[in-house]
Amino acid sequence: MIKTIVFKLNGKSVNLRVEGERPLLWVLRTDLGLTGAKYGCGEGVCGACTVLINDEATASCQISAKEVAGSDIRTIEGLAQNGQLHPIQEAFAAHDALQCGFCTPGMILKAYGLLSSNPAPTRQEIIDGMEDNLCRCGAHVRIIAAIQSAAKALKGGTP
Amino acid sequence: MKDHSQRSSDEKESTGIVYPKSITRRDFLKRLGLVGGGLIVYASVGDMHALARAPRRGYAGANVPVDFNAFLKIGVDNRVTCFVGKIEMGQGPITSFAQMVAEEMDVSYESVDMVMGDTDLCPWDAGTWGSLSTRFYGVFVKEAAAEAKGVLKELAAERLRCAPSQLVTRAGVISERGRPDNRVTYGKLTQGRLIERHLKDVPPLKPSHAYTISGKPYLRRDAREKVTGKAQFAGDIHLPGMLYAKIIRPPAHGAKQTNIDTSAAEAIPGIQVVRDGDLTAVLHPYPDIAQQGLEKIKAKYMVPQTGINHDTIFDYLLKKAPSPEVASQAGDLKTGAKKAATIFEETYLNSYVAHAPMETHTALANLENGKMTVWASTQSPFGVQRQVAAALGLSADKVRVITPFVGGGFGGKSASAQAIEAARLANISGKPVMVMWSREEEFFFDTFRPAAVVKIRSGLDDAGNIVLWDYRVYFAGRRGCQNFYEIPHHREAVYGEWRIAPGIHPFAVGPWRAPAANTNVYARDLHLNLMAEAAGQDPLALRLRHLKDRRMRSVLEAVAKKFSYSSAKLPSGRGVGMACGIDAETYVALMAEVEVDANSGAIQVIRVACAQEMGQVVNPQGATVQIEGCLTMGLGYALAEEMHFDNGKLLDTNFDTYSIPRFSWLPKIETVIVPNPALPPKGGGEPAIIGMGGVLATAVHNATGAKLLQLPMTNARVKAALKNRQA
Repeated sequence: MIKTIVFKLNGKSVNLRVEGERPLLWVLRTDLGLTGAKYGCGEGVCGACTVLINDEATASCQISAKEVAGSDIRTIEGLAQNGQLHPIQEAFAAHDALQCGFCTPGMILKAYGLLSSNPAPTRQEIIDGMEDNLCRCGAHVRIIAAIQSAAKALKGGTP
Repeated sequence: MKDHSQRSSDEKESTGIVYPKSITRRDFLKRLGLVGGGLIVYASVGDMHALARAPRRGYAGANVPVDFNAFLKIGVDNRVTCFVGKIEMGQGPITSFAQMVAEEMDVSYESVDMVMGDTDLCPWDAGTWGSLSTRFYGVFVKEAAAEAKGVLKELAAERLRCAPSQLVTRAGVISERGRPDNRVTYGKLTQGRLIERHLKDVPPLKPSHAYTISGKPYLRRDAREKVTGKAQFAGDIHLPGMLYAKIIRPPAHGAKQTNIDTSAAEAIPGIQVVRDGDLTAVLHPYPDIAQQGLEKIKAKYMVPQTGINHDTIFDYLLKKAPSPEVASQAGDLKTGAKKAATIFEETYLNSYVAHAPMETHTALANLENGKMTVWASTQSPFGVQRQVAAALGLSADKVRVITPFVGGGFGGKSASAQAIEAARLANISGKPVMVMWSREEEFFFDTFRPAAVVKIRSGLDDAGNIVLWDYRVYFAGRRGCQNFYEIPHHREAVYGEWRIAPGIHPFAVGPWRAPAANTNVYARDLHLNLMAEAAGQDPLALRLRHLKDRRMRSVLEAVAKKFSYSSAKLPSGRGVGMACGIDAETYVALMAEVEVDANSGAIQVIRVACAQEMGQVVNPQGATVQIEGCLTMGLGYALAEEMHFDNGKLLDTNFDTYSIPRFSWLPKIETVIVPNPALPPKGGGEPAIIGMGGVLATAVHNATGAKLLQLPMTNARVKAALKNRQA
């Protein structure tokens, strides 16, 4: 049923009239015009639709609009501040940690979630943390290097 | 509903090169009008000095289209825009073409903008595939840039009142030698006028030793857009009033619809059900609501029972094999067999493999004032233009295809049926329509890498020389099968291509990154290992003693050095494998080390080294990234990727059962580009993937003595091969 859902999106309060059962992914992409989160599988098994919900990386295709009421949501569009790239974004660009770029927003936000809970991950912890995000172009080695470098840039602090 | 036969003809059309009618000068000038202000300098292949010099062999054959193959706009602001019909799907030409333009025009790399894959703005191109962008198209881009610079110098000579030979070009400025104040910028020279001028003598391209931009490493120029979410893919385009379509699909290939009831879907508020012949679709402003409508449609099908599945396919293929074409041969097989002291006979299999780009096939179509515009994720915008025009009965100039960033292709977006679906639905609904295939549709309608069989009969003489190589490849295709070893009696016979096999496969097949080569290199290298083992020879030594080709020796030696390879007889238990081949005129050699868990059958790849010689390298950074991507992607078809099916029904519908490489699969990757600056650039997008099946199969053989005669090397197949070895 149609509900008014209030949540924070990229730092701003959003008041949205929406069918509560609809997947967050499509609400973001259609009602809110934020297309950085991508459809890749629709079943939560590829990570292309990853967004941050209260700083936790979450598959937006697997969560409904009503479930995020009261939450703080951040999408890739909200990561750079005042035109300044976030250190994780900087690191992805500096390491060429992307090719086609379709999985990239999900990868960056997954890395953000990882570094939020573990600011100084080992290589193995990065691999474990990123395991469920898929990249078909094979940018994996560079993504790992970018996350290592972003962790250093953040100096052990949370993102 | 499109049936399988229609799909395969689409695929064939879009991957075969079909030439457009000649583009007239008027058409061309019209295009320039679309680009707006500034001045345009172009190189035309029609007239065509470039043509005579461009190495077009294998690219367009004798029927070169009369078109303008690359053109450049010099804006009032001194920025240079380069228009090319190629597309960017991650492989990086957006960066390397800009380097080439900047280099030949003497402008800064940062001042070059790229416009790619727009059929109204860009010169015709067959499609982005075959690692052709740099090695063939790059020549046109460079020649266009060199000619543009020559024209600008002529104009400058008039304005600055000095001989063209006295002019120096640098960073978009032309000045008189010794009089740096006598200068003019490119932008000032071209301002507000249309220049149609050809040079009698096209200036020669710069020699590679004079390069300051080409040959230097550049990061991706689209990175900022891609890390901020600003980069637009086809599915990210928004038009007012647009609707998402969900299309009713059959449960299996070959299925015939017998009954359909759409009433329950039509009862959902806001949903529109439309039919166009065999196409039935649910339209709604939200894709998820359209999907709900789709699920309410009741359709019945007759599903034919073919008895063919992923296990029986190989026998079926062998029975269906057409008569062979010989790809290469020398000597006489009977003589070779007589000279052989030991004969080796083996059959190798590989399964159907999906492209599985992260972005599913997507297109948005909009009909406005009689013109259909389609934003499509495609590797062939001009192919889509022609197909959409044909489907709607429009002339090609009434169809514009725009290619935003493409979210991976790997050959799979050479066919773009989704774009035709979107155009048909936009045509009958009168609204902009987005078709974004679900992951299930993507797996169902993929043009798979074909299942294939390779039979090899070979022989060694008493001295350990290979004297016989009788090679038969079924349905993979010829690419990569040609012999490059010194073998006196050999023959490579090709039974069916990946492209031309109507009525053979249970679903569509098509080009998959380095089509055929992955299969051929796997079979050849594993077979060579079996021979080396029997002969008690080190596998690298066996290869090198049969190799005169300098480029191949150079990559094998380079990879051995990078890998710190030391010779040892097989099986050494070290788990070291090797593979080498030629693809897109590039030479590539791989070495790898694996660990095999005998209990589970799991293979962990510890490290992979790759040496690649690709002639001149425009962007060494981009080339390295492509090699790494090839090696990583190649883990998939070697170890896990295989499409399961039964009677035309595809059993893998998502990434839960169809496994593609993940972070935990990663080996240590080391790459080396072997320099060969005397040679023009060769392909870079595909070569390094061709050896991944071979290098890992030989590594498993080296580790355990087990022969993995089928790709992918799943845990179950590894365990079975280990058991066979003991028996």
